[in-house]
Amino acid sequence: MIAFAFYLFAVSAITGGLFTVISRQPVHSVLWLILAFLSSAGLFVLLGAEFVAMLLVIVYVGAVMVLFVFVVMMLDVDFAALKAEMARYMPLALLIGLILLMQFVMVFGVWESNAAAESLRAQVMPEDRHNIEALGLILYDHYFLLFQLAGLILLVAMIGAIVLTLRHRSDVRRQDVLAQMWRDPAKAMELKDVKPGQGL
Amino acid sequence: MADFFFTNPLGIGLLIVGQIMLLVVPLLLALAFLMYADRKIWAAVQLRRGPNVVGVFGLLQSFADFLKYIVKEVVFPAGADKAVFLLAPMVTLVMALVAWAVIPFNDGWVLSDINVAILYVFAVSSLEVYGVIMGGWASNSKYPFLGSLRSAAQMISYEVSIGLIIIGIIISTGSLNFGDIVDAQRGDWGIFNWYWIPHFPMLFLFFISSLAETNRPPFDLPEAEAELVAGYQVEYSSTPFLLFMIGELVAVVLMCALVVLMFFGGWLSPVPFLPDGIFWMILKMLLVFFMFAMVKAITPRYRYDQLMRVGWKVFLPLSLGWVVFVSFAAKFDWFWGGFARWTTGG
Repeated sequence: MIAFAFYLFAVSAITGGLFTVISRQPVHSVLWLILAFLSSAGLFVLLGAEFVAMLLVIVYVGAVMVLFVFVVMMLDVDFAALKAEMARYMPLALLIGLILLMQFVMVFGVWESNAAAESLRAQVMPEDRHNIEALGLILYDHYFLLFQLAGLILLVAMIGAIVLTLRHRSDVRRQDVLAQMWRDPAKAMELKDVKPGQGL
Repeated sequence: MADFFFTNPLGIGLLIVGQIMLLVVPLLLALAFLMYADRKIWAAVQLRRGPNVVGVFGLLQSFADFLKYIVKEVVFPAGADKAVFLLAPMVTLVMALVAWAVIPFNDGWVLSDINVAILYVFAVSSLEVYGVIMGGWASNSKYPFLGSLRSAAQMISYEVSIGLIIIGIIISTGSLNFGDIVDAQRGDWGIFNWYWIPHFPMLFLFFISSLAETNRPPFDLPEAEAELVAGYQVEYSSTPFLLFMIGELVAVVLMCALVVLMFFGGWLSPVPFLPDGIFWMILKMLLVFFMFAMVKAITPRYRYDQLMRVGWKVFLPLSLGWVVFVSFAAKFDWFWGGFARWTTGG
C-alpha cells in the first residue's frame, strides 16, 4: 500500500516538474509546479514527516505559488520569443546537465556510509516525542541563536524590499481612514424608527 | 467477514470509501438545508418571504435548484482555457471537502486522527484560493479576472491572521490535534472552561477573518455584483457553477466547525450535568452558521482598500501581539493557568 502511494506521488511529482518546464503557457507551468509541490508533500507524509509536509503546502503552495500565479497572470511577455532565445543556448545547457548527471552518478555509485551513522539515521527521533516536539526542541533550544539570526536576516530583506519599492506620490488623492472613522454619525446618516413587519 | 475489511487491501479500501461516504453524504444533505436556512434568514431580515414554493415551506428549494443546475448546458466562453476552466470548480469543491477528513464530531469520531490536524485544515483552506484564481483566469474575460485578483490578495491577507490565531490556540493546548484541543477545554465549569473566555478577542478576529477567507459578505469583493457583475463566477453556468456554490458553502460550514472546535469546546456539554455528544457539536455549528447568515443580511459590503487595511494594519498586529501575550501567559502561568491548559490538566 505504502509502495503504491510512493510510486503514485513520485510519478506525479516528476510529471509535474517535467510539464513545468515544457508547458507553453506560463500559468499552466505554475499549476504543474503546484502539483509537483503537493506530490512532494505527499512523499514527506510517507516518510513520517507530516509537519514538514504541511509547512510545504502552507508556505509554498498556499502563499508563494499564489504570488507566482498572481505575477504570471498579469505579465504580458511573449513567451514564444523567450523560448526561441532559450533554444540558442540549448546545447550548452544540455552539456552542463550531462556533466551534472555524470557527477551525481559517480558520487552515488561509490557512496559508502559509515555503519554507525547509518544506524543513527534510522532512529532520528526519540521514541517518546513526535515530530513537532523534536523540531521545536532543535529550533528553539539547540539552535536558538541561529534561528533568531535567520529571522533577523529575513526582516532586513523585507525592510529592504519595502524601502526599494515604496514611493510617496503627492499627486494621488489618498483615503484618510482616521478622518473617515471620526465622522460624526449625526451628520452622516439619519436614523428612522422602523416598526417591525412594516418597513419604511 | 470482519477479517476481509481489516486485512485484505480491497477490503480496507472499501472500508475507507464507506467511511468517507458516511461523512460526505450527510454533509451534502445537510448543506441543502443550510442553503435554504441561509436564504430564509436573509429573507426574514429583509422582510421578505424567501423560498416558499417547492415543498412544505419551500424546504425542497435546494433540490429543485440542484436539478435545474445539472440539466442546463455548460457554456464555454470563447478563448477560454477549457481544461483549467473545468478544473477550477472541481478544485474549489474538492479542497472544501477534503478538509473534513480531520474534523471530529465526537470523541474519536473522526475519519483521520492525525497529529497535525489543525495545520492540515489550514493548509487545505489556503489551497481553496486556487479554484477562484484558476476560474477567473481561465474565463478569458475582464470581470472574472479582476475578481480572481481581488480574491487572491484578500485570501492571503486574512490567512495570515487566521494562522496566528490558530497558533495562540495551539500554544494554549500544547497540541495540534483537534481531540486534544477539545479535551483541553474540558473542566468543571462547563461553558466557562472553553477557550472563548481566555481567547475572547480572538474569537471575533477569527470570525471576521473566516468571513473574508470564505468570501462571505461583507467581504464578498471577489463577486461584488455591483462592481464586477459576479466576479470569477460570471462565465460559469450549470454544473460548474453549482460546484463553485457548494464548495463555498462547504468552506463556510467548515469554518463554523473550526470556530466550534477552537473556541466553543466542540462536543462538550455547556453545563456539567448534561452528557457530551455529537448533538452539542451540531447545535453549536448551527448557532455559528446562524451568525454567518445574519452577518450576510445586516452588513453592507466593505470597500476594497478598507478590507486590505483592516487585514494588514489592524488584524495582523492584533493577532501577532496576542500570540506574544499568550506565550507569556502560558509560560508564566498567568490567570490561574487559563492559558496553559497542559499544566492544569484541564
